[in-house]
Amino acid sequence: MTAPVHVVRDRIDSYPTHQIAGYGVRPGRHMPFGATLVPGGVNFSLHSSTAEAVALVLFRRGEHTPLAELPIPDEFRIGGVWAITVFGLDYENLDYGYRVHGPRDPHIADRFDPERILADPYARAMSGRDVWGAEPDWHDPYQYRSKLAFDDFDWDDDQPLRIPQEDLVIYEMHVRGFTRDPSSGVAEPGTYAGVVEKIPYLKSLGVNCVELMPVFEFDEFENQRIDPTSGELLLNYWGYSTVGFFAPKAGYAATGRFGMQCDEFKNMVKELHAAGIQVLLDVVFNHTAEGNEDGPTIHFRGLDNRTYYILTPEGYYYNFSGTGNTLNCNHPVVRNYVLSCLRYWASEYHVDGFRFDLAAILDRGEDGAPLANPPLIEALSFDPVLRDCVLIAEAWDAGGLYQVGSFPNYGRWSEWNGKFRDTVRRYLKGDVGTIGDLATRMVGSPDLYSRRGANASVNFVTCHDGFTLNDLVTYNGKHNEANGEGNRDGGDDNNSWNCGVEGPTDDSEVQRLRLRQMKNAMVLLLTSQGIPMINAGDEVGRTQQGNNNAYCHDSTLTWFDWGLTERNSELFDFVRNLIAFRVAHPLLRSRQHPTGEDHHGLGYPDISWHGVHAWSADWAPDSHLLAVLRTGLTAEGLADYVYIAVNSHWEGHDLQLPELPADTSWHLFADTFAAAPGNVAPGSEVPLDNQHSVHLGPRSAIVLIGRRR
Amino acid sequence: MTSFRTTFRRHGTAALITLVGALDALTAPALRGEVERAAQHQPSQLVLDMSGVKYLSSAGLRTLIFARHKMPDGSRIVLVGANEAIQRTMQLVGFHYSVEFSDRFPFGEGEPGVATS
Repeated sequence: MTAPVHVVRDRIDSYPTHQIAGYGVRPGRHMPFGATLVPGGVNFSLHSSTAEAVALVLFRRGEHTPLAELPIPDEFRIGGVWAITVFGLDYENLDYGYRVHGPRDPHIADRFDPERILADPYARAMSGRDVWGAEPDWHDPYQYRSKLAFDDFDWDDDQPLRIPQEDLVIYEMHVRGFTRDPSSGVAEPGTYAGVVEKIPYLKSLGVNCVELMPVFEFDEFENQRIDPTSGELLLNYWGYSTVGFFAPKAGYAATGRFGMQCDEFKNMVKELHAAGIQVLLDVVFNHTAEGNEDGPTIHFRGLDNRTYYILTPEGYYYNFSGTGNTLNCNHPVVRNYVLSCLRYWASEYHVDGFRFDLAAILDRGEDGAPLANPPLIEALSFDPVLRDCVLIAEAWDAGGLYQVGSFPNYGRWSEWNGKFRDTVRRYLKGDVGTIGDLATRMVGSPDLYSRRGANASVNFVTCHDGFTLNDLVTYNGKHNEANGEGNRDGGDDNNSWNCGVEGPTDDSEVQRLRLRQMKNAMVLLLTSQGIPMINAGDEVGRTQQGNNNAYCHDSTLTWFDWGLTERNSELFDFVRNLIAFRVAHPLLRSRQHPTGEDHHGLGYPDISWHGVHAWSADWAPDSHLLAVLRTGLTAEGLADYVYIAVNSHWEGHDLQLPELPADTSWHLFADTFAAAPGNVAPGSEVPLDNQHSVHLGPRSAIVLIGRRR
Repeated sequence: MTSFRTTFRRHGTAALITLVGALDALTAPALRGEVERAAQHQPSQLVLDMSGVKYLSSAGLRTLIFARHKMPDGSRIVLVGANEAIQRTMQLVGFHYSVEFSDRFPFGEGEPGVATS
């Protein structure tokens, strides 16, 4: 006789109450929205403010004709939310969507279309573009197909890293472009798994945060075309056009064809975290892939057009994003949507933060006018789940709103500091009237961020949008012919200088100058206060052949050429040493702007400006030379002195050095005019023979430290 | 209907589950049940004979992770005869940390097992 086995009684809600289209169903749970696995079945929940009827449409994976269509009974609806639990589904081989009927008497701006199957805006996985670049099945009436996702990934002890923001060095990269080139040597080129294989490279460079260009599901075939000149197929390579906000891009996963992109993405985050590298996502909430009046109906416009988009009174789409439509971010429903989405990525994918594309749109109200107190920005700033997330605004939009320094921030947001980029570029190419502004940018832009501190400033010289660093010193003008628009697209305000010859050259003097200019830029970027961001590949001089708007090229033009890590190892070593130098000198990373006071009793102000003569900087409009002495403490609490001098003049100058305490002498960390590599690993700095003066070469930078003898 | 069956044997302190057929969302519950049963014996290692698995879906893969969580701390999970594609996929998504791959049984071939089907 064995003891009776105690069986836990099944939940009573795990049984159907109705039969619809051959499936056992019961009234669903209205929250959360989307499709969720529940005991014995799947719960589907969808909202629309004015729809009159909703049917759940089920497909076998990839099939054009539905497996079943289940009209959701009106008694399953609460408010504007339809919810149904369906039992006995083969959920792994299931695609689902909705057929939504609008009111009989539609508003002029409604776009209900019951002829179409709509994707679920909350779909956690999508299929239809499972393998990057594979020709889509254009006959499929349901192009972007909602799928279920498992949320049982084994994270072990992983959690977001919470690296202090002042310690971040951000590396902006494209998941596919990073390893797609065969030179990467990874097993699965162009994928999340490929990124994992290159973690040792990121570690050796020393960056501790990657910012991934869009990874939400998008359609690389959107606006695909053939360049008439080259015959090249042009795709949406960057992906700033979201199809599925809750779904990772399947085509970036080696396992996308098995529907395991969510796991592969999570594993990438877990592995990056294990290496001490944070993950930020570049998110695009300013517009969607539904485009303008002529665009495709994917989800929002067929569900609730007037809620999700900013429309003219006649029902046309406002176009503050420059891409056809504008998401109505400060409508309460849309605000909740964005918040849910970011919470999902922060909690389910453990990501460490977000960079918001064209974020100025996020503070436009429903009439398109900027709000003083935008509810979406406020909600994100104080959200409990997002509390430790880095939030970075690209604080402008295509509708003319420019908010660098004035983005509503609640003491919480950082910004892409476009002024840092512009000032450093103009200074380096030799423009006059830039010295005062350069000084301001080097100390974390207190003119813009006096209250928020230096962490509000994300400093960059280049990013995905515009010239690479190599091209910034190789081309005077953009060369976008390969984009197929007669070189009309892309910005013209590049502040670039080709160093004497347009494009590649064999002239070794020009080559040396270009390398020096790249090093000068890296010195300014990585010794300035604020959070530095490097555009992937700039550490090895990656080129896009003068193309400053390479969004449509999935080719060697945009892929990371790993051969550069050997060919340009000098620049790589220089940047790696600079990052290590930044780590070794906390005073460069201070979140407080300098005040000119002596905070630590060192006998020196925390900042002082110098020039050819110590203690006397040349602030004249035609000045091209600036030196700064920064003092503070090392991590061990010892006195630290860092002297940085930059010269954009075509002639060299002898600089008188400020005197150090008796037991301390000047040591050279970097001299971009010197022979390769031009700097040393921190700790190996060499004492200067002449402690009173140093020569700063033409268009060069030097970095010295004061160290006890 | 996908066909799938499992058998369970004990080899000393090891537990062996032999899988035959297609392991997917529909058949995964059967394996989960078997794993739970095996775990009750507190085996030092759980050996899964995968050589008869014709198809393994993502839901099937997750059952192997489920096994990791059901088994006592410090015990091993060994997949014997998992093909190249399975091993590769598990590595791409990080599941390989939970298991070991092997091409032979970690106990004597001739050793009689105790069938407890």
